[in-house]
Amino acid sequence: MQASPIRQQLRRFIVENYLLSEDYTFGDHDSFLEHGIIDSTGVLQLVEFLEDTYGITVEDTELTPENLDSIDAVSAYLHRKLGGLTEQRVAPASDGVLGGAL
Amino acid sequence: MSAASLLHPDVLRVDPVRETERIVAGIRNIVFSHLKRKGAVVGVSGGIDSSVVAFLCVRALGKERVLVLLMPETDSSPESLRLGRMIAQSLGAQSVVEDIGPILRGAQCYERRDEFIRTVVPEYDKGYKCKIVLPNLIDTDRYAIYSLVVQPPDGAMKKVRLSAEAYLGIVAATNFKQRARKMIEYYYADLMQYAVAGTPNRLEYDQGFFVKNGDGAADLKPIAHLYKSQVYQLAAYLGVPEGIQRRPSTTDTYSLEQTQEEFYFSLSLEKMDLCLYGKNNGVPAADLAPAVGIGVEQVERVYRMIESKRKVTRYLRANPLLVEEIDGSESDETNVIGKPV
Repeated sequence: MQASPIRQQLRRFIVENYLLSEDYTFGDHDSFLEHGIIDSTGVLQLVEFLEDTYGITVEDTELTPENLDSIDAVSAYLHRKLGGLTEQRVAPASDGVLGGAL
Repeated sequence: MSAASLLHPDVLRVDPVRETERIVAGIRNIVFSHLKRKGAVVGVSGGIDSSVVAFLCVRALGKERVLVLLMPETDSSPESLRLGRMIAQSLGAQSVVEDIGPILRGAQCYERRDEFIRTVVPEYDKGYKCKIVLPNLIDTDRYAIYSLVVQPPDGAMKKVRLSAEAYLGIVAATNFKQRARKMIEYYYADLMQYAVAGTPNRLEYDQGFFVKNGDGAADLKPIAHLYKSQVYQLAAYLGVPEGIQRRPSTTDTYSLEQTQEEFYFSLSLEKMDLCLYGKNNGVPAADLAPAVGIGVEQVERVYRMIESKRKVTRYLRANPLLVEEIDGSESDETNVIGKPV
């Protein structure tokens, strides 16, 4: 099954910014912290990516691993932040491309 | 013996006489036998760690073979210099005051830092004070994301979350301070054929609480194996002035007073000591919690934080890495030479 566009975008951001080694793979459920993929500065950069790309504001109280520590977690968090809207109805702010379901 | 009984606060108690003898023998061995240097340079901040290192170096090498360097800059507390002078005076060692402010201004340390601050607090200007702080990381699962606290001359403090760019920029600029100090220390070390004594304690060394090629650089680190509370025990035995023993640990890097707790450890140093001990000795969180006086969940969080910081700061402790071994070169990668026996 093909990954949803939001998951693809998240994965692309992670790979391009933090996994510069070509031979590293990780699953959507894998913890960024436990796998040493992202540290807290990386989380801050991820937050900025989410805010810029999806037009959301990440509150201080939302800066938790529950929301941001895996592709699955970020997808679910985005889903909640976007008011339960699917990607079919909410275009990423950066490129305006409509996607499939979360 | 159960793990809980192992964690009586006395678990970190050392025999100060014996420990001092071990370290002093180690310093002598490292400086005279291994490094073939004639003495030691110690940058003294007015804090407990550098004071203890200075006292130990004087015991090991003699007061005539120790140079105490005091290196204030614009944001330093005047108290630091006063206490540093007190250390030099009580040791009877030679001391030099080197104001590193001009070096930092030449490197545009303050200017660069302020530019990054203004990306999140545009009104930040001369006369403002600042520091960066962590949220409470012990009570809930949160990331260690820093906020900037600024205080304008009228006194009303403001706290804002840092962007990644601002955080990295502020830290990169302020790191000039530790590196400028190290540059001065090596100037005197070269001049006098001395070794540079570093001052990290075990918590700092283990958790990467230092600037690479700044305060992390040294020829020897004689108290890197001591927990912070053990440093205090040695300070009392060595006769470090009371004012220094009582002084709360600060970074003395930002213009607003900043404790190590709010900058890095998120827990009092006494509690961090016990948590690090528990982590190092495989003590289950449930056994450690009563001794530390925090909940089991909180201890588990601290354990994860310790592990995470070890991973993230591994690069800070790494020596330059080579693509292949070089024949004939002597490698000191493990670096335990003057290990106390």
